[in-house]
Order: sequence, then C-alpha cells, then structure tokens
Amino acid sequence: MGTLIEEIFSRKAGRTVQAGEIVLLDVDYIMSHDNTTPLAIKAFREIGKPIHDKNRVVLHLDHAYPAPNVMAAENHRKILDFVKEQELPHLFMQGVCHQVMLEEGFITPGAIVIGADSHSNTYGVMGAFGAGLGSTEIAVAWVTGKCWFKVPETIRIELSGRTQPGVYAKDVMIHIAGLLGMDGGTYRSVEFGGEYIETLPMHERIIFPNMSTEIGAKCGLIAADQVTIDYLENETPARGQGQFEQIRPVNPRYERVLEIDVSALTPQVACHPDVDNVKPLADVEGLEVQEVYIGTCTNARYEDLEIVANMLKGKHVNPLVRVIVTPASQRIYKKAMQNGLIEILMDAGCTVTGTGCGACIGRHGGILAAGERALTTMNRNFIGRMGSPLSEIYLASPATAAATALTGKITDPREYLMQNTE
Amino acid sequence: MGKAWTFEENMNTDEIIPGRFNITIDPLELAKNVFCEVKPEYAKNVKPGDIIVGGQNFGCGSSREHAPIAIKGSGARCIIAPSFARIFFRNCINIGLPILECPEAVLGISEGDEVEADLASGQIRNLTSGATFQAQPLPDFVLKIADAGGIVNFLKEHNIQELMQ
Repeated sequence: MGTLIEEIFSRKAGRTVQAGEIVLLDVDYIMSHDNTTPLAIKAFREIGKPIHDKNRVVLHLDHAYPAPNVMAAENHRKILDFVKEQELPHLFMQGVCHQVMLEEGFITPGAIVIGADSHSNTYGVMGAFGAGLGSTEIAVAWVTGKCWFKVPETIRIELSGRTQPGVYAKDVMIHIAGLLGMDGGTYRSVEFGGEYIETLPMHERIIFPNMSTEIGAKCGLIAADQVTIDYLENETPARGQGQFEQIRPVNPRYERVLEIDVSALTPQVACHPDVDNVKPLADVEGLEVQEVYIGTCTNARYEDLEIVANMLKGKHVNPLVRVIVTPASQRIYKKAMQNGLIEILMDAGCTVTGTGCGACIGRHGGILAAGERALTTMNRNFIGRMGSPLSEIYLASPATAAATALTGKITDPREYLMQNTE
Repeated sequence: MGKAWTFEENMNTDEIIPGRFNITIDPLELAKNVFCEVKPEYAKNVKPGDIIVGGQNFGCGSSREHAPIAIKGSGARCIIAPSFARIFFRNCINIGLPILECPEAVLGISEGDEVEADLASGQIRNLTSGATFQAQPLPDFVLKIADAGGIVNFLKEHNIQELMQ
C-alpha cells in the first residue's frame, strides 16, 4: 500500500514502509564516474575495509573523456589503477554514464541504484529508485552494500492529452520546472504518470526523471509497464532475473497532485540563468545565439539525433554558429552512423564529437566565451556551467535546437518540421 | 564565534565551486576558488570559524562533494540556511561539515555580524544584534555521523547497521 516509492522501498526493506521513515537498504548497483570516483577512492582507502560486492560497482569515464588535460588524465589513471587493483568487472568508456547504465541493463524495475552524479534520478524511468549522492557515500556503499534513505513524500504529476507536432517531452518537462520551481520537489519523490506518459516511448519518458533533479527531487519515477519491459528485453542484455515486476502505486497518499493537460502546450525555453526561468519560445524568439549544443544525458539519444537530422537534411546551419552534436553513447553514435544520420549532420555543417559530458560541465568540447549565448538540449543552465560566467545558456528540445542552428536565432521548430515531413 | 558571510537563494554547486576547478580534491586548493564568481572577496578574507549564512535550497545542482569540501577547506565552521538541497545536505553530514536549518536565523543575520552557533543544541546567537535563534534539531542517526566527524570516521569504528540502532 503506498506511493510508487513506498512500494519500491517496501519490497527492498521486506516490510511496509511509509514516508518519513528512515530505512537502511541494500543497493543493487553503485555508479560513479571520472569526476566523482577519485574522491570515492580516497574515502574508501580511509575507511580501510574491503568492497562488499564487486559486481555491484559500476564505473564510467565520461565527464572529461578523452582526457582534455593532464589533471583529467591523472584522474583516469587513478581510476583505472583502482579497477585493476580491485578486479572490478564493470568499467565503461562508452558514453554518458546514465545512458550506458540503461543500455547495459543495469536498471530494472524495483532496483535501488545510487550514483555519484545528480542526474542518477534518470533511472526512475525504469520504475527503479535512482538518486544522486556524493562520493563519500559511494565509498560507504562499496564497503557496506547499503545506503540510508528517508522515505520521501510524493508529488504526483498527472499528465493528460497529447502534445502538438513540434512539442516534445522536453518542452513539457521545462514547463513543469517553471511551474514547480528549482526547489519545488526538494526531498520529494516526483511520480510522473497519466495517459500522456503511458503513450510515450522510452526515449521521451527519460526526460522526466532526468530533469526531476532540476526541481530538487530525491527521485523522479515512472511506473514500469509493457514499454519498460519491451525496452529491457529488446534493447539491453537485461541483467537481473528475467521476470520483471510492474510495480505500481497502490492506494497512494500523495502530498500533492498536479494535473497538467499537455494538449495546448507550445515549445518552451528555460532561459538564462535558472531552469525555472521558463518562457514560451515565442517570448524569446529571435534572440541570437553563438552556439547550439545537442548532447547530454537529457537529449542526445538516437531519436533526438533523428529529429535534428530530418530537420537539417539538405540544408546548412548558420555559418557563424558553432553547432555541436555529441551522441549520448557509442551505441547511439554507431546506429546514427549506420543509418546515415551522422553524414546528414556533417553535411549540414554540424561538428559531431565523441560521446561524453564534457561540454555540459564546462570541461571541453563546446566551452562558451564571455558574452556568448548557447541554446542547448541540456538539463541545466547555471551561470558559468558551460564556461565563462559571462555566457548564457538556454534549454530547449532537440527540434528547437535544430531550428535555431539553421537561423542562428532562437527559432520555433514547427515551421521547419512541417517542411521536411511532406 | 565567527563572522557571517551571507549568500542568496538557490546557491548552486557551480557557484560554490565552478566545474573547471574540480580537477583537484585537495580542500585547501578548492578553498582558493570557493564562491569565486559570486563573492570573490570570501576566499581572500574568510577566517577559521566564520559562518556561512545561505538562502533557501542552498547547495542545489550537482552531486559534487567538491562544493562542501571547498567550504570546509576554507575554514568555515558551519552553514546556516532555511533549507538545503538534498545531496548537498547529505554530503555535508558525510564529510563532517555541520549544517543548521533555521529560516529565522537567516532573516536575523546580516553580512559581517558576529555569530555563535552551538551545534549540539542548535542554538544560534547573533552577538552583533543580541538576537538568539533555535535551529531544527538533526535526526539522531545524523547526529551519530556528525559526532564521529563524518561517515568515514564512523565506519572506522562502527558497523553501518549501528546507525539505525
């Protein structure tokens, strides 16, 4: 009996738990990457106890990979030496950690997966509990296999209707961020459901748990259904038991229920300098940009690249704008290459880079200069995030990014979408 | 007793320590650039024992522990805010940087005030104005971690299950 998070936690705890209780739970996988693992190794050495279960430790090199400087290289060396020393079985250099975690089948319904990265909330798309933690707690989980949680209260977001052509899950989630604000979900589980969510494919669903982080949520959840099971069975090696339970809320008591009809929503933009500074695209249309960045754990999946390629096919991006496309994973990159998308993007004047997170955290691969403005498919637009503190970041859907790439100004994608679907 | 340094609402981890400085985990190195974009004078003038007084949702953004480590490395004794972002909250407890949630104190403390905070009782005194405030007490298991000076120290002496006992 309870909300989705109460149902998930109750199964792990072996008893019924309710919001407000503190529980100590076994974790299924413990994720960390090159930005956060060095600190975890330091804490691990200080604790001085062995790793509880090496099979649960999953490491990625993605935040500054391939190493853009000596310090990053030293971090990678430290991590690789640690992997060798501890004989850890799961090391990936295959792209953005959260995408690779999904592709490799680590995330299954009901799983408890923690990550030393704030966007670990992404795992909620599989009906799993995913939450970001700091490096020290990652080391604690390596050693103990456990983590403490306060069972959170739940905000239910009930989404109905269908979006108009040119309006995507990203627009809906940006709209929600504007409604709830940057701390609207702090300490809360945010449950996304309703007929709109149920009809969405996996790559669109991911946006909601992924960006639940931006409203402060502890986790963002979507109950597992047939779409989830099909993804696991068709797209992943589906580690785990083979039989996946579709855990659902049972007579839930929500702290708050927000009902949103997406039918009339237009393309949205989260404007500099906060993710909750949300405006309909029409209000900022025509604003000049110097860079368009299509990448990250939010919007660089195959289907996102496909939308962009369809819009840019046979055209050329504004010659004064840097248009950078960073596929979220090697698997996505490869499929995009095999199906001709990369060629279309390159012919249109895009720079297609290797996979990873570098530009989104201002490390490499798309850093902004003072006075520059970027329109990106990222999830976060903090001041200075992509480089100079005097630059500006605007967040939008891949379609808006593609339309903006063509004109060099923030542009409504709907007109361009119609052109190429005829 | 220390001097209060005040910060705005929604102070995010990029503002506490920008990503480009997270190439080190040395607390003193990180402390050199802490708040460099929002309050550059902080790193130059902060004294051991000073107190950070933040706004709502302090520490939002990434999970980077570099942010609380940079603050701890700067010598600040504790952070007082109306509320903290959840990962930042956990990170502070885990690294042994005390935090107090107290909206009233935040309203009643100005930049440069002399402030005294008793972490065990949660009592906060503004010595400049004479006002006193009572912070939310921390849950027992959080106090256990804080008392040990962080979760790493706790685990050296204890089993994780002892947190819940």
